[in-house]
Amino acid sequence: MAKAQATGALAVTANDLRSGTVVFRRPDGRWSEEVLEAEIALTAEAAQALLAGARADHDACIVVEPALVEITMTGNRPAPRHLRERIRAQGPTVAYGAAAAN
Amino acid sequence: MYRYDEFDLGFVRERVAEFRDQVARRLSGEMTEDQFKPLRLMNGVYLQLHAYMLRVAIPYGVLSGRQMRKLAHIARKYDRDYGHFTTRQNLQFNWIKLADMPAILEELAEVEMHAIQTSGNCIRNVTADHFAGAAADETVDPRPYAEILRQWSSLHPEFSFLPRKFKLAVTGAAADRAAIQVHDIGLEAKRDAKGDIGFAVWVGGGQGRTPMIARKLRDFLPEADLLAYCEAILRVYNLEGRRDNKYKARIKILVHEKGTDEIADAIENEFASLKGKALDLPAAEIARIAAYFAPPALADLPARSAKLEAAKAADVALARFVDRNVSAHKRPGYGIVTVSLKPVGLPPGDATSAQMDAVAALAERFSADEIRVSHEQNLVLPHVRLDDLPELFAGLAAAGLATPNAGLVTDIIACPGLDYCSLANARSIPVAQRISERFADLGRQHDIGDLKIKISGCINACGHHHVGHIGILGVDRKGEEFYQITLGGSGDETCSIGEIVGPGFPADRIVDAVEQVVDAYLGLRRDPGETFLAAYRRVGLKPFQEALYADA
Ligand code: SF4
Repeated sequence: MAKAQATGALAVTANDLRSGTVVFRRPDGRWSEEVLEAEIALTAEAAQALLAGARADHDACIVVEPALVEITMTGNRPAPRHLRERIRAQGPTVAYGAAAAN
Repeated sequence: MYRYDEFDLGFVRERVAEFRDQVARRLSGEMTEDQFKPLRLMNGVYLQLHAYMLRVAIPYGVLSGRQMRKLAHIARKYDRDYGHFTTRQNLQFNWIKLADMPAILEELAEVEMHAIQTSGNCIRNVTADHFAGAAADETVDPRPYAEILRQWSSLHPEFSFLPRKFKLAVTGAAADRAAIQVHDIGLEAKRDAKGDIGFAVWVGGGQGRTPMIARKLRDFLPEADLLAYCEAILRVYNLEGRRDNKYKARIKILVHEKGTDEIADAIENEFASLKGKALDLPAAEIARIAAYFAPPALADLPARSAKLEAAKAADVALARFVDRNVSAHKRPGYGIVTVSLKPVGLPPGDATSAQMDAVAALAERFSADEIRVSHEQNLVLPHVRLDDLPELFAGLAAAGLATPNAGLVTDIIACPGLDYCSLANARSIPVAQRISERFADLGRQHDIGDLKIKISGCINACGHHHVGHIGILGVDRKGEEFYQITLGGSGDETCSIGEIVGPGFPADRIVDAVEQVVDAYLGLRRDPGETFLAAYRRVGLKPFQEALYADA
C-alpha cells in the first residue's frame, strides 16, 4: 500500500468488492470508476482522512485493497502519476477481444 | 481422453458448493478479505490490476470441442468475449465479477473442468508435450503419466502447503517441447532396450528471479516407481525447502544450496522407504488410465496426399501454412496443426469467443475432437488428415487463425505484463505487438527462420524470457519502462539460460534493438540453415554486443 506523502496531490483508489472494478473515492464518500471524479487530497492530513474513509469502506465490504495514489493535475484534470496507476484508471493500453480482432 | 470418475465429479461439485457459500459470506460481510483471500486463491481467483481474474486449469493442455465451447460461452456470458491462453497451458479470464464466480465454476464442472490448484503453494497443473499422442518422434505418450500425477497431486494433504508452488512437466519424446528442464520436476518417459517404460527424472529447474537448469537425478526410473519417487522428492522439499524467504523457497534453491549429491541422497533414502508399498503403480492401473488416451480411430492412408500437394501448388498461402504450422504425425497421411494465436499486431495467446467456437468446430470435424493448448500460447489440432488440410486452412483463415508463423520471429510468447498483471514492472503485450509488426513481412520471417522471442513483464518470468533465443525482460527504471535483452536461452532438450547482452533499452528503442540483433545474426550466419540459436552458440555474445552498442 502506498505511503501518504507530505506533499503532492493524492487520491484513494480500490477495487469494488463485487465486480473487482477499479474505483476512486469521491468527495461525497461514494466510489466512481472515473479518476476525474476522485477527491484530491493536497495535505498529509487530508490524505489520511481520505484513506481512513476508504478503510472503513473496506471493513464494510464495499471495496478491497484501498490505497493512496499520486496524482498529477493538468489544469484541473487529475490523472495518476505512475504508469501502473494510469493503466488501472484507464484500462489496458492494448485493444483486446473482438475489438482487437477486427 | 480422460474422463472424470465419480470421485472427481463429486469432489468438484462439493468444492463449487463450498465456494458458492464462501463467496456469499464474503459479499454479505460475514467474512473479511483476509479470511477470504486464501480461499479465493485456492479456487483460482486472483485480483489483478483491473478486475478479478479466473485461471482455469487445462490438465496437460488437453481439451475437447465441448470444453472449448464452454470456455467460449463463459467468455461471452461473464467476461468481455475473450480469454487468454497462458504459458502453463491454462486459460485466464480477465474481467470476471466475484459474484459470478460460483456460477462459472459450476458451468466448468459440467464439462469436467475446474480451477483447483491453479494458485497457491501446492502442486500446480501438470503440463505436457502439446504434441503428445501424435508426434512422429514420440517414444511414449506422456499423458497417462501426467494424468496419474494429476490424480496423485490433487488435494494431496501432505503437499497442500509447500514452501512454494511446485510445477511438473512430462514429455515422451527426445525433442523436448515441454521445457522439462526448467520445471521443479521434469520427466521424460522413454523405453529401454527391452522396451520397458521408465523416466529420466530432472529436479530443481525453474525460471523466475534465479533461473536454473534442472539436475538429472535418474536416467531411467522404472515406470512402477513414478509416484513413490515423486513423493520422495516432494517430501524432501517439503521438509527442507526454505520457508523464511519467498525468493529462496523453490526446490531449485534447495538443490543449489545443498548440492545435487546431498539432495539426491536424501531423495533416494526417502524413496527407499516408500518403494514397493502403497505408491507402487500397478500395471493394471496404468493400463486402465492409458486406455483413456488410446489414439482415436485413424485411417490407413498413404504418406503423401495428392490432394494436398495439388492444393499447395495452386495456393501459396496454404503452402506457407503447411510448411510452418504442420508437424509430422506418427501415422502416415496425418499431420499435427499448430493454430497460431499470434496474428501480427495482436496480443499473444488471446482468443475471442468466436475463435474458440471456431476451433471447437474444426477440431470436432477434422481432429478427432481433440485440441491442445501449447505452452507457447498457441492451440494445436493433433490429428488432421493431410487431405483435409486445405479445408481446415480455409476454416482457420475465416476465423483469423491461419497465421503461418509457428516457430518464427512473430510467434512471440508474452505474459500479460503491466496491461493486466498487478506484479508487473513493464508492459509486455505492446512490445510483442510492435515486434510482430516490424517483422510482419512473411518472406523476411521465413528467411530469418526458427527464432523464439519471449517477453516477461517482471522477473517472475511467466513469459519464459530466460529460455527465449531472444529474451526480453521488462524492468522499472525510475518509473520508466525499460527492457533488458538476453540471448541464447532455450527451453528444449539443449536447455540453456539466456545471457544478458548489456544495458537495457527504453520502450521506444527495444524494437530497433531486437531488429539489430536479428540483422547481426543474418550477417554472421554461415548459411540459411544455421539457426539463430546455433549461430549464437557458435559466436557468443560479442558480435551482438558490438551491433547493439556500437555507438556507446
Ligand atoms: S512475468 Fe511478471 S508481469 Fe508477467 S505475468 Fe508474470 S508476474 Fe505478471
